[in-house]
Amino acid sequence: MNLTLRVWRQAGPKAPGRMVEYKAADISPEASFLEMMDVVNETLTLRGDEPIAFDHDCREGICGMCSMMINGVAHGPNRGTATCQLHMRSFEDGALIYIEPWRVRAFPVVKDLCVDRSALDRIVAAGGFITAATGGAQDANSVLVSKADADLAMDAAACIGCGACAAACPNGSASLFTGAKISHLGQLPQGQPERYRRALAMVEQHDAEGFGGCTLHGECQLACPKEISIDTIARMHRDFLVGAATTREERSGSGVG
Amino acid sequence: MELRARVPEGPIEQKWDSHRFEMKLVNPANKRKYTIIVVGTGLAGGSAAATLAELGYNVKCFCFQDSPRRAHSIAAQGGINAAKNYQNDGDSIYRLFYDTVKGGDFRSREANVYRLAQISVNIIDQCVAQGVPFAREYGGLLANRSFGGAQVSRTFYARGQTGQQLLLGAYQALERQIGKGMVQMYPRTEMLDLVVIDGVARGIVTRNLVTGAIESHAADAVILGSGGYGNVFYLSTNAKGSNATAIWRAYKRGAAFANPCFTQIHPTCIPKSGEYQSKLTLMSESLRNDGRVWVPLKKGDTRSPDTIPAEERDYFLERRYPSFGNLVPRDVASRAAKSICDEGRGVGTTGLGVYLDFASAIERVGEATIRERYGNLFEMYQRITDENPYKVPMRIYPAVHYTMGGLWVDYNLMSTIPGLHVIGEANFSDHGANRLGASALMQGLADGYFIVTNTIADYLATAKLPPVDTSRGEFRDAEAHVAARTKRFLAAKGTRTVDSFHRELGNLMWEYCGMSRTAEGLQTALEKIPKLREEFWRDVNVPGSADTLNQALEKAGRVADFFELAELMCLDALERRESCGGHFREEYRTPDGEALRDDEHFAYVAAWEYAGDGARPVLNKEPLTFDYVHLAQRSYK
Ligand SMILES: Cc1cc2nc3c(=O)[nH]c(=O)nc-3n(C[C@H](O)[C@H](O)[C@H](O)COP(=O)(O)OP(=O)(O)OC[C@H]3O[C@@H](n4cnc5c(N)ncnc54)[C@H](O)[C@@H]3O)c2cc1C
Ligand code: FES
Repeated sequence: MNLTLRVWRQAGPKAPGRMVEYKAADISPEASFLEMMDVVNETLTLRGDEPIAFDHDCREGICGMCSMMINGVAHGPNRGTATCQLHMRSFEDGALIYIEPWRVRAFPVVKDLCVDRSALDRIVAAGGFITAATGGAQDANSVLVSKADADLAMDAAACIGCGACAAACPNGSASLFTGAKISHLGQLPQGQPERYRRALAMVEQHDAEGFGGCTLHGECQLACPKEISIDTIARMHRDFLVGAATTREERSGSGVG
Repeated sequence: MELRARVPEGPIEQKWDSHRFEMKLVNPANKRKYTIIVVGTGLAGGSAAATLAELGYNVKCFCFQDSPRRAHSIAAQGGINAAKNYQNDGDSIYRLFYDTVKGGDFRSREANVYRLAQISVNIIDQCVAQGVPFAREYGGLLANRSFGGAQVSRTFYARGQTGQQLLLGAYQALERQIGKGMVQMYPRTEMLDLVVIDGVARGIVTRNLVTGAIESHAADAVILGSGGYGNVFYLSTNAKGSNATAIWRAYKRGAAFANPCFTQIHPTCIPKSGEYQSKLTLMSESLRNDGRVWVPLKKGDTRSPDTIPAEERDYFLERRYPSFGNLVPRDVASRAAKSICDEGRGVGTTGLGVYLDFASAIERVGEATIRERYGNLFEMYQRITDENPYKVPMRIYPAVHYTMGGLWVDYNLMSTIPGLHVIGEANFSDHGANRLGASALMQGLADGYFIVTNTIADYLATAKLPPVDTSRGEFRDAEAHVAARTKRFLAAKGTRTVDSFHRELGNLMWEYCGMSRTAEGLQTALEKIPKLREEFWRDVNVPGSADTLNQALEKAGRVADFFELAELMCLDALERRESCGGHFREEYRTPDGEALRDDEHFAYVAAWEYAGDGARPVLNKEPLTFDYVHLAQRSYK
């Protein structure tokens, strides 16, 4: 296959960026999208240009590192598919493909197609966990979890933290990401003691990072490579409201002294 | 070099308990005075960093990805073993210990393996407490599946995403500590050297992958949880970034490298499709619970698989190993597939593939059940191959997957450099010459949550470390060394890309140091690798500059280290004149083609010591004794 790419190039966080056109020649339809990018980068390198920087690692749709807007769609045309799992047979020979980084205020561009998603880590640090220091756990089978709850928790826990939800959202909201973690932990018996605190803290951090609010456009669930449902956002709103209405603020730290 | 394994005295069941009692402790108020560096945020590093911070130590933690949650552990699919015996099928700590020693073909240290089996039960408890959504039965109890090399069902799983869920558990615990200020996290930061002061590990030198800044970090102890080195073969199931740099730099600073040639080739991966191929995708071993492996009986039978009648199929694993059938250990399954393909009975356009067929399972339990068990794996397969495995059998072929070798560690998981601890896939400790499925996750978490976090206190309490900071000359020297290397890559301005060299090295390794090895082939490799390495340094083209994100530069550093490691792997494979586990020397096999161990001469851990560039590394031997599991030829027949 022969393709024309228009790719966002930006030398660094503060540098101006622009779209640059490249040819991708002789690409196998069996190649993955990132393998196509590898081929282009090999050519660029050999002719003395800097290769296009893009994030990737596992290349099997699980690490959440890959992150490209392909023709304006987060992770490209196929539903439930991360960029790295996309294959060239999904494109027509001769196609023109636009490739850009996630465009979200809370994800500044690092270089070319790489962005800084550390805001997502900070949302987790704010409360996206169950406090269970190593060593104190009881026998695993002493906590019964109904299969239905375990399955629902797992559906939400499948989030790979790629940030496509925020990239797809007209408001630049990471509510799907945040809602998924709140649903995963809040669905399980082990997650109950901190359930409302968790929702409050995570939502506060989400907003503080500069992500927008959710107005239920639903673009996020279409873009999500794990097809996480926006039901998780409803759950987030519910737990947040209950939390705001019922929990007393506990801002005195962990009490270690 | 003296290898002191420091295995505690006493009966094997009591060694760990009595050792924990004997070890010195650091009192809670003093813990905050110690700084510990943890390189890696996979299951091993992530769990260690979180736990050390919970205990009160200051932790500095590093990873090269943009977030600690993306470590390669995230990709593990099938499951994690634990001797819970929840299925009442005869499992026990002793059986898990026994299976692991036997599965490793008697090349691991018994005491370590026993401890691993003991701790396995605590891991599941810990993970459930953190909210890991393991698969459940309708009654709410945990579900199990079977994995290769075992006749009991002891594998816990979360769909086909067990590694992801376990890692998210550790990551969340880690983020909690980051939020509390107990862990300073350095993502997109790569360790490029280890700093040893007065013979003791006291810090690391890193490169900030975004700004290019070379920085020093001092500490009281260093823990490496940097993962395996399977990517020396270029094509493997590992994530693209997985590399050997951290452990290789430590080796060059004096840490012995154990059993470098012990590589695991996984039998069930999606076959390679073209030259542009950048990685291979694993199809979890759990599929062998329900999938049957076969090829056509006749050579050159190109009929579509569904039209080949049962009597013209060769279910070669079931035929050759009736008692374990499709669930023989990985090394055995891989070699069987290779030999079938070498006979010319492989399937697919390349002839390098065998069928993994779910038709009987679908007939037996229905498509819905199979979908529930393996849905995401089937989907992954279909996405890559464009074939529907519910209808046509999968085509699979072995691929490099895991490295049992790694830095040598004693019972406390400390390397031959005092203060440098090594955990997870980066060490050599528990899997001998072949790792059983679902045991790497177990080992990573055992090391990180429960072992190193205890043993390091003993080190800190007894080491009497003088204070050091990064103004010491040793840090300056290491920084200068790193900067000079970077400069050299950028200055080469040659005609070939880093990837082209890496691919060529990988092909060489696959051919001569892959699934089967010969003295002649290994000698050839030992001639070719240094030549290619020399060409690499002369003719590599690394564009861009050192002071920005430069992925070609990152790769160049990793590949340069792979070149040196590759040579050591071949040397080790050549020296080990026996076959064991994943190390198959064609000269040493039984009449029916199985691996032939030589316990009289090779029941040892080969711990290689760096002796300077260009000099032959020194081979040190840690003899292995088997007091509990009796040395016997493995049989899965
Ligand atoms: C596809 C696949 C499926 C698998 N499935 C299973 C399974 O079902 N069950 C099982 O038991 N095992 C499985 N394994 C094996 C298992 O996943 C790994 O052995 C294990 O996860 C390794 O964990 P780790 O913590 O040692 O290292 P990793 O998870 O590889 O983590 C390495 C960490 O070190 C960091 N790092 C490395 N070098 C540097 C450096 N120089 N500077 C800074 N940071 C660095 C990385 O950023 C990363 O954070 C599978 C492996 C693969 C490839
Ligand atoms: S590279 Fe890991 S999800 Fe795409």
